[in-house]
Amino acid sequence: MRYLPLTDADRSAMLAVIGAGSIDELFADVPEQARLTAPIAGLPNHASEMTVERHMARLSANNVAAGSVPFFLGAGAYRHHIPATVDHMIQRGEFLTAYTPYQPEIAQGTLQVLFEFQTQVARLFGTDIANASLYDGSTACWEAIAMAGRITRRNKAVLSGGLHPHYVETSRTMAKFTGDVLDISNPELVADPDDDAVIAKIDGETSCVVVQYPDVLGRIPDLAAIAAAAQAKGALLIAVVTEPVALGLLESPGSLGADIVVGEGQAIGVGLQFGGPYLGLFGCREKFVRQIPGRLCGETIDADGKRGFVLTLSTREQHIRREKATSNICTNSGLCALAFSVHMTLLGGAGLANMAKLSHLRAKQTAERLGKVPGVAVVNRHYFNEFAVTLPKDARQVVRNLADAQVLGGVSLGRLYPQVDTLSGGLLIAATECTTEDDIAALATALEEVLA
Amino acid sequence: MNEINPSGWRPALGAGSVPREIETFTGNRALQLEEALLFEIGAADRSGVDFDDVPDFDLSALGPNARKAAPDLPGLSEPETVRHYTRLSRQNYAIDLGVFPLGSCTMKHNPRLDEKVARMPGFADVHPLQPVQTVQGALSAINELAVWLVKLTGMHGVAMTPKAGAHGELCGLLCIRAALEAKGDPREVILVPESAHGTNPATAAFAGYRVENIPATADGRVDVAALTARLGPDVAGVMITNPNTCGLFERDLKVIADAVHAVGGYVYCDGANFNAIVGRVRPGDLGVDAMHINLHKTFSTPHGGGGPGSGPVVLSEALAPFGPLPFTSRQADGSIKLIEEEDAHLEHPQAFGRLCAFHGQMGMYTRALAYILSHGADGLRQVSGDAVLNANYVLRSLDDVLDAPFGPAGHCMHEALFSDDGFADGFSTLDLAKGLIDEGYHPMTVYFPLVVHGAMLIEPTETESKAGLDQFIGAMRSLAERAVAGDEMLKSAPHLAPRRRLDETLAARKPKLVYKDA
Amino acid sequence: MTRYFTKDHEWIAVEGSEATVGITHYAQSQLGDITFVEVPAIHATVGKGDSASVVDSVKAASDVYAPVSGTVTAVNAALEDQPELVNSEAEGEGWLWKMTLSDPAELAGLMDEAAYQTFVAEL
Repeated sequence: MRYLPLTDADRSAMLAVIGAGSIDELFADVPEQARLTAPIAGLPNHASEMTVERHMARLSANNVAAGSVPFFLGAGAYRHHIPATVDHMIQRGEFLTAYTPYQPEIAQGTLQVLFEFQTQVARLFGTDIANASLYDGSTACWEAIAMAGRITRRNKAVLSGGLHPHYVETSRTMAKFTGDVLDISNPELVADPDDDAVIAKIDGETSCVVVQYPDVLGRIPDLAAIAAAAQAKGALLIAVVTEPVALGLLESPGSLGADIVVGEGQAIGVGLQFGGPYLGLFGCREKFVRQIPGRLCGETIDADGKRGFVLTLSTREQHIRREKATSNICTNSGLCALAFSVHMTLLGGAGLANMAKLSHLRAKQTAERLGKVPGVAVVNRHYFNEFAVTLPKDARQVVRNLADAQVLGGVSLGRLYPQVDTLSGGLLIAATECTTEDDIAALATALEEVLA
Repeated sequence: MNEINPSGWRPALGAGSVPREIETFTGNRALQLEEALLFEIGAADRSGVDFDDVPDFDLSALGPNARKAAPDLPGLSEPETVRHYTRLSRQNYAIDLGVFPLGSCTMKHNPRLDEKVARMPGFADVHPLQPVQTVQGALSAINELAVWLVKLTGMHGVAMTPKAGAHGELCGLLCIRAALEAKGDPREVILVPESAHGTNPATAAFAGYRVENIPATADGRVDVAALTARLGPDVAGVMITNPNTCGLFERDLKVIADAVHAVGGYVYCDGANFNAIVGRVRPGDLGVDAMHINLHKTFSTPHGGGGPGSGPVVLSEALAPFGPLPFTSRQADGSIKLIEEEDAHLEHPQAFGRLCAFHGQMGMYTRALAYILSHGADGLRQVSGDAVLNANYVLRSLDDVLDAPFGPAGHCMHEALFSDDGFADGFSTLDLAKGLIDEGYHPMTVYFPLVVHGAMLIEPTETESKAGLDQFIGAMRSLAERAVAGDEMLKSAPHLAPRRRLDETLAARKPKLVYKDA
Repeated sequence: MTRYFTKDHEWIAVEGSEATVGITHYAQSQLGDITFVEVPAIHATVGKGDSASVVDSVKAASDVYAPVSGTVTAVNAALEDQPELVNSEAEGEGWLWKMTLSDPAELAGLMDEAAYQTFVAEL
């Protein structure tokens, strides 16, 4: 077995030191009736690297990779180009095979990366501070709602209809167990998000308003107006960003008045990966620092006065506070945070703006072209790189038919909202700098055929 | 006040003079290179990415929130980027460099095949919402791993989506809660042994339960009498770690499980230490109803400096119907069906909901599956055997120089536990741990579990060679002797690392979490 | 003014119907550097033994229990910027909150300074 260094001679010598006759004897504490005496039946034995690779390659080949066809999916996961440098850096063994930096003297690499990551996220979001990441955008969204409850000592959250339905469902699951009351609604296929409806729901018992920016249909809500309305009632505005590249061209939620900004960092450096692992981003006002969930890295000095970094404010966490912790979260998404940070470092502010501009241009070209397909209407007045269209047919079936024609043509709203009949004709289309003019033409042609 | 400083942990910078380094102009010391912050060396208009020229075009579709200026994020060219992160990486300790005996964390070798597999385009470059017909291979990989996990644990089903161990604990408790509520019998209390991981009580409290602690016996196991005495109609369940955090097998788990079931409760097993028994014991045979499996521990997906993890939860027949969406099911024709919100009311009506967006940690599933297929049923059995052998070898090679509180009671499982008993006055576990850094090792887990004073928990794992362990044991013996003798130099260790002890008080009193221009 | 002590290492100094509460010198010495103090809300009602405040050190967060029942009337605002006052003057400037007593008879169950010193000496 290539991963096990002990030889039989080693094992015998070690058993002699221990004073045991066999490895099985070391398991004497296991009750005999539960002790297995041989490998579990019905499962294959060990396999060579070549054999395993072949098996996995066969499974991999039985998928349509996004990069192999015209591709227009978004809805919370976006395909941007990732420079080769990113994957090279995250495969450095000193990053890949390190643990959570509990021994800061020999973990300054990871810690400095986290400090830089926190600063990048805070600047991108326009918040005072940010944490060292959470599992993903959906869990970060719930953590923000829970934190708003702790800060305001209220338990009623208003979730805008534009919030990604998986984020809503994740929050709904958690709220069932914490007693938080969530006001939930579905989006409508109209040109602008109904900010007034959100504002009208805020009252003196509202802990927070949760608004996605851009929203699940790609529309861009007026965060400043919602922030002002929320704060006037003593509630917090939580902005949710599922496509952080948008902030290369749009004002940051923090600068528009959001108190907490959370998001999905996957679009920058992480890749699609069929949904995970992803990267939960979390930023907020400095005054909430002791209420933030998850890990925080802070600057300090060592015994010689040199600058260094440590995990800090850990008394909020589960291993100290146990049942009084701010959250039960134990890990962050360290390696994904590194990937995000390396990609963001390669881009810089100007590069991010360029990537965003190209993505927006491709989306615009796609919208213009699809608008000419008979029966298709573009919904959005404003958008960044994703927009909704309405089709004359059930969009779920159209998407499957497009796939048969080797085009991955977007995400049907029917998949996301299976119970909402008014949305069944809706299709979400996303474009990025990876989208080519040929891809756009292929989508339009295939759609014309499917709808004909 | 509650429990003042229960572990004896006292962070201190350490005193004592050390020989001055030879000063250099740069502050570098040969291969040990200092690296400035990105914000000190980068610039917003510098970039390591080239894009096609973007023509000027009408930006009005962005609406009124269009940015006036690019975000204030410094960039670097590609060579500068590579150098920045390479230099930083060299300030980290890692499994790739040496023994990483962090008890309870299972730092074993991460096979490189698994990295290659995870990057295959059919796994890495597929979107979670692609039509199901275009992702059959990815779904098949998830399903294949699920089948392995169920068979290895002797359970009935598995919820794949939890994103880490703590998330898995939450998933398991939510299943328990959903099952009890379905019976119209919501209960209030979860019993947790005092040696448990801190996540257990945090999770139970989060799931809305009152946590009651159960004491340990003198030999480091759950006090069965105290636990069974507390059982009653208000107890929703127990959370037990097996093997436990003292590195011991809970011999009475089946007895406990039977007693809990008899009063209508459920048994949650913290599977953080499943690597010690994989292939040798099936938790399902011990009466467990739910157990999370840290793929990043038992099945060696890389820890990545603190995540991402993955924590699928295997479930008993009683709890499986309540597991979260989505999940996969293999059809008669071999294709895989994905059951999400759309079909849930037909095929999984009692699901407690969704734990996260999409399908969980795909990148971890493929790595874990490659690891499992490489080892096979026989190799996994050897994994637990060698892990336990290595731990006992460390235990018996050190128990004459370090106090091993549970050593006399018999063999340990995959980790060896020592206390600070016998150290010279003023010398602590922390000093020994920091001394280990100068010897070129990552310290063991310190001050956990709390039930042992100045605890040192050593988990060598099965991927360490005997020669590697012998050198580690030599270093530990030397450090133990210095701690007993009262070697002052130990109190200010480490002396040779990129940084000396860091001022954690300063960091916590005036938190500085982001870079601000001077 | 009379000063009482609890087994959980709080002190309470009573003057008429008002009292000042803090943690003892012994407690701060065991906790090490205090990094943050979460004080109760003014006007909060606390019962004897309720967790009313949290004192953070680098590696521990410790609840501070109300020695007696009553209503919080003031909190030590200086601790926001200088939590280290709890270290340097635990039984003086490092006080945590002031309160009125709803049941002065509860004081009878507490220790005086001599009894507390004996109690600590035996720990």
